[in-house]
Amino acid sequence: MSGQEIVFTLLGVVAVGAGIMVVTTRRLVHAALWLVLSFGALAGGYLVLTAEFVAWVQVLIYVGAVVVLLLFGIMLTRAPIGDSADLDSGNRWAAAAVAVATAALLVTVMVMGFRDERMPLRAGGGSASELGASVFRTWVLPFEVLSVLLLASLVGAIVLSRTDIGPRLPGRRKGRG
Amino acid sequence: MHLAYPTVVAALLFSVGVYGVLARRNAILVLMSVELMLNAVNLNLVTFDMRFRDRLHGGQVLTLFTIVIAAAEVGLGLAIVLLVYRNRRMVDVDRLRELAESDDAPDEETGSEPGTEPGAEPVEEAAP
Amino acid sequence: MIWLASLAILLPFLAAFGGMLGGPALGRLLGRLLGGRSARRDGPALIACAPVAVSLVLAAVVAFVVWQDPGERTGTLTVIDTGSVPIRVGLQVDGLSAVVALMVCCVALAVQVYSVAYMDGDRRYSSYAAFISLFTAAMLLVVFAGDLLVLYAGWEVMGICSYFLIGHHWEERANSRAAVKAFLVTRLGDVGFLIGIIVLGLGARTFEIHGVLTRVWTMPDATLTAAALLLLAGVAGKSAQFPLHTWLPDAMAGPTPISALIHAATMVAAGMYVVARLYGAFAAAPGALAVLGVIAVISMVGAALAALAQDDLKRVLAYSTISQLAVMGAALAVGAKSAAIFHLLTHGAFKALLFLAAGCVIATTGSALLAHHGGLRRGMPVTFWSMTVGFAALAGVPPFSGWFSKDSVIEAAQHAALHGGETTKAGWFAYAPLNSGPVAGEVTMTHSFGLYQDQPHWRTLPSGVAWLVYLGLLLTVALTAAYAMRAWLMAFFGEPRGTYEIREPSRIMSWTVAALAVPAAILGFFGLGAGELRPHIGPALLGIALLIVGGGAVFLLWNRDPASDPSGALGPARRVLARGFYVDELYAMAVVRPVRALARGVVRFDRRGVDAAVVGAGRGARRLGGLLRIPQNGNPQTYLTGLLAGVVVITALVVIFR
Repeated sequence: MSGQEIVFTLLGVVAVGAGIMVVTTRRLVHAALWLVLSFGALAGGYLVLTAEFVAWVQVLIYVGAVVVLLLFGIMLTRAPIGDSADLDSGNRWAAAAVAVATAALLVTVMVMGFRDERMPLRAGGGSASELGASVFRTWVLPFEVLSVLLLASLVGAIVLSRTDIGPRLPGRRKGRG
Repeated sequence: MHLAYPTVVAALLFSVGVYGVLARRNAILVLMSVELMLNAVNLNLVTFDMRFRDRLHGGQVLTLFTIVIAAAEVGLGLAIVLLVYRNRRMVDVDRLRELAESDDAPDEETGSEPGTEPGAEPVEEAAP
Repeated sequence: MIWLASLAILLPFLAAFGGMLGGPALGRLLGRLLGGRSARRDGPALIACAPVAVSLVLAAVVAFVVWQDPGERTGTLTVIDTGSVPIRVGLQVDGLSAVVALMVCCVALAVQVYSVAYMDGDRRYSSYAAFISLFTAAMLLVVFAGDLLVLYAGWEVMGICSYFLIGHHWEERANSRAAVKAFLVTRLGDVGFLIGIIVLGLGARTFEIHGVLTRVWTMPDATLTAAALLLLAGVAGKSAQFPLHTWLPDAMAGPTPISALIHAATMVAAGMYVVARLYGAFAAAPGALAVLGVIAVISMVGAALAALAQDDLKRVLAYSTISQLAVMGAALAVGAKSAAIFHLLTHGAFKALLFLAAGCVIATTGSALLAHHGGLRRGMPVTFWSMTVGFAALAGVPPFSGWFSKDSVIEAAQHAALHGGETTKAGWFAYAPLNSGPVAGEVTMTHSFGLYQDQPHWRTLPSGVAWLVYLGLLLTVALTAAYAMRAWLMAFFGEPRGTYEIREPSRIMSWTVAALAVPAAILGFFGLGAGELRPHIGPALLGIALLIVGGGAVFLLWNRDPASDPSGALGPARRVLARGFYVDELYAMAVVRPVRALARGVVRFDRRGVDAAVVGAGRGARRLGGLLRIPQNGNPQTYLTGLLAGVVVITALVVIFR
């Protein structure tokens, strides 16, 4: 077991452990904070895998933007700060069974499939310049389409969350369709 | 580096996300779990980009794109969650059951249907 | 020829069609065009009366042509190939059908004209008149039918028309019950009739009446007797003969003109007409003839006795109809077909007269009960004299029509009784009432009579039955005179027993009645033309003597106390007679109650057994659906769980069984 593998295993344990905390904790805000830890550990994993630009983007966008958005969501829905007892639905045991089955299946398949596979790790493969050249040379069209998508989702989010624009839906007053 | 490490981590992370999506009641927590699943996918993308030494860096670029899409998804999802909250005063996924068949046909077994819950009562719009 | 006959049938049918569909609208239009006094009435009345009048003219033309040139004429519209025995949709005109059709049209026209006044102000006059037209058309179809199944169609249409017309005032429960009873009882007979037709038709390999009659001798005895007996069931139902007679007295619930129509011309006459029509088949089956004789004797004596004690004028007439039709049946049983048809015609004339006159009486007094009548002769002379003619003809007072026909029947019966069951030579009636010449007789005789005479054993009516018929006829003559006398005296003599103004009803009604009195009086003289219908001195004197005995006894009884009912002298038997020998009660006990109990049982079985199974299946499906509905609870997480579990399972299977 090489050093890379050791570091990656540790980071992976942290990421998965933090993820488990995200889906099991009884506090909403803590869940968001555990999510930060999980994403951070993953960013470290990307670094180990020599994808440094992706790692930084992960930190910037996920940790910086998405989690903050989620925290705003938590705040705006007046979620309690302390423990809330009913964060898990009654579906929990079925969900656990499905999740364990998924994990068992995926891990089995991965281990069976890549038991002997090794991959060479050389620095530079994921640098900003390499990726930038690739994005703006090969992938420029999807990139532009993606920017339009982002714009559309932005507009959509605004339209959805503002109450003073858009038509008044007649069905909105009805609670039980 | 052994390829099994990142893929196993991704698989576990994905399963954790699956559990969160299926078991969590709060819509925001469900969104977080979806992010976990997306990240598991990202990890796989990066791993195989490295594994195949892709010249075009398709895996990493796609990871970037996924991150962007995830950001857009979280934005829209939160907007929807806020809208639901404004209408219902709650964001519990398992209490939003308009998908169920409404049981208004005259039926001798009325009442044994789990689709009607007191929480789904109509609530006036919150703010103008 | 055939075209005239078919036109005579079609016209009333079209009238019925127009009256039922167009009804008030067409009536209004016609009324406006004609500028009638009241637009609502004149239109439907015109639609009803005019086609029947034209039909009458056509029937008269047909009868005239047949008189000039006797013989059988047949026409076929189409042949329906059924795969086994084809059905010929066609008509047949001969002397018998022509003369009966003439009588039907006469009575139908009289009834239609009379109804215009009688049903004045009735809300459903339009449909009423349309049903009468349909009834007439159906009867004409029966009369002219050249095929047994065509005949059956007309027969059935008459059944349903009688149902609608008897129940015309269905708002009263009794009326609709009477209508249902008439329908069900005649239906019971019709089942036998239909099976009889099929047996006969299959036996003869044709449904054509002419063909059936010529092939009667090729059929086995058992088949023929079975067919004749089954036909007799239908005849007994339609002609209200003994065991199926109970519907007729109750059918008095219908409007009086309907009673006249049913009793005189159409429905009940159809039964006897069919026997006469298929007489060849009956003559070849002496067993059926004997049954007919016994039924006739029971019906005529029993109904005459019952008529003696009825309180209701119309019920008296109803029982007299049963009795007189039984006289026709008796004549047919002893082989006097001409006499039977002669009596059918005279009976049609005087019974229509009697019913329409009774309608006048009821319209004036507002009651059908004899106990409420009395002293009517002063205020309503037209009705009085017409009804006197009618009663005289009914009782058989010479020289009114009934005397001639009844006399010829008695003569035939006497001949049969004295000659050991051998029926009279009064064989094939071709056109006797209007035709004196032997031509028609010769023609038909060579056709059929001569054919039958070749058969050695074709007239073996048991002599006991012949005597029974003879004595029953004589008894009936006396009884008929008695009840006719009683009704006549109670209605028109003595003091008025009600609070009403005695005056003639509307002019249309009394004129129609007076017009009908003419044939009722003189129709009998036409019988003088045919040899076998001429009165014979012996039976005539016997008949008159019995008539005087019956009528005189009632008169003497009445003379002692004009205010009381002569039937009171019957003592305790009166009650039995008034209830019609409790036949209705007997049927109620023997048939109606078991059937009801069975029906209740069936309902219970249906509820508990069949229904429970169906409902149980429904409930089971619902429960199962409820079970399957549990996953479909609207919770997206549950759905997603199922979905992912499925994906996992499928993937696992793919991985394992790759």
